[in-house]
Amino acid sequence: MITLRVNGAEHRLDADPEMPLLWALRDLLGLTGTKYACGEALCGACTVHLDGEAVRACVVPLSRAAGKTITTIEGLSPNGDHPLQQAWVELAVPQCGFCQAGQIMSAAALLAANPTPSDEDIDQSMCGNLCRCGTYPRIRAAIRRVADETKR
Amino acid sequence: MTGAWPQYLLAALLAAVPPSGDALRGADSFSTIPDRRERSLAVFAEASRVLLHPRCVNCHPPDDRPRQGDRSQVHDPPAVRGPKSEGVPAMHCASCHQDRNLEHARVPGAPRWHLAPLEMAWLGRTPGQICAQIKDPARNGGKTLEQIWEHSAHDELVGWGWTPGHGRTPAPGTQKEFGDLIRAWIDNGAACPPATEATR
Repeated sequence: MITLRVNGAEHRLDADPEMPLLWALRDLLGLTGTKYACGEALCGACTVHLDGEAVRACVVPLSRAAGKTITTIEGLSPNGDHPLQQAWVELAVPQCGFCQAGQIMSAAALLAANPTPSDEDIDQSMCGNLCRCGTYPRIRAAIRRVADETKR
Repeated sequence: MTGAWPQYLLAALLAAVPPSGDALRGADSFSTIPDRRERSLAVFAEASRVLLHPRCVNCHPPDDRPRQGDRSQVHDPPAVRGPKSEGVPAMHCASCHQDRNLEHARVPGAPRWHLAPLEMAWLGRTPGQICAQIKDPARNGGKTLEQIWEHSAHDELVGWGWTPGHGRTPAPGTQKEFGDLIRAWIDNGAACPPATEATR
């Protein structure tokens, strides 16, 4: 049995330790907010937090996640009102939306480590999250807005 | 040409032929070089085939960009070094790389996957420059030559170079053979070739 603490709740899973965390989240726990896209850690759609740091869930074996704290987009805030989520809504960031859970989770990891990032910091931390709709300018603007609010 | 070649001539010819492709010449094969310094230099030249291999230099860049592939292209996605040579928030090396290769995703991995510090840059450097760096505690992480041998022969991240997974070209020889070469280089005086500038 593998124990995971996901969004504050403890789960005991009878699963292969080699199973990617993304499969456990989506198929065993029903947390489908985290998306499957490339499956090779190349696009960032499956980004979640593992003990606070952003990881690509599609390549994290359950053995690495065992006993750790995992946060998915569903658990980022109690009511979907994390400052980033609010900024995402206010600036109408998503187009199709598929990549946006991963984008927000990477942005949240960035701001947790560096609440007032430069534009270069934002680009360096967000470069692993692809958006085929090309919403990058609005993603950066939303992160900028939250960071600027923090400065005030 | 008639008749068999004299055995001593065949043996001499075979000894003169360098190992091809992915083989490394064994440390013992240098024992016939009488001069100790020349022997150490020859051993280091052979070890340089590992040091200059893409599996090694790709993570010893002279800038903030890891490299990948046999042509040492800039890493895609464009990951950066970060303050601890382990990436930046949301793009740490361990955000994607695990402690082992992942065949199903083709992502390479080994324990403590990270870049070598900037002062240990090898990419684009000559064997002489790398040799001088390896011996300089200010540029080798404060290591003694014994610790350099230990690192070369047994470090798991170094060892990844010979088991890189998914179709990647491994470094020449084996980690044991490389460790033996470093041992022989040290035991014969740890001589360095001239630290000339790289031409490319």
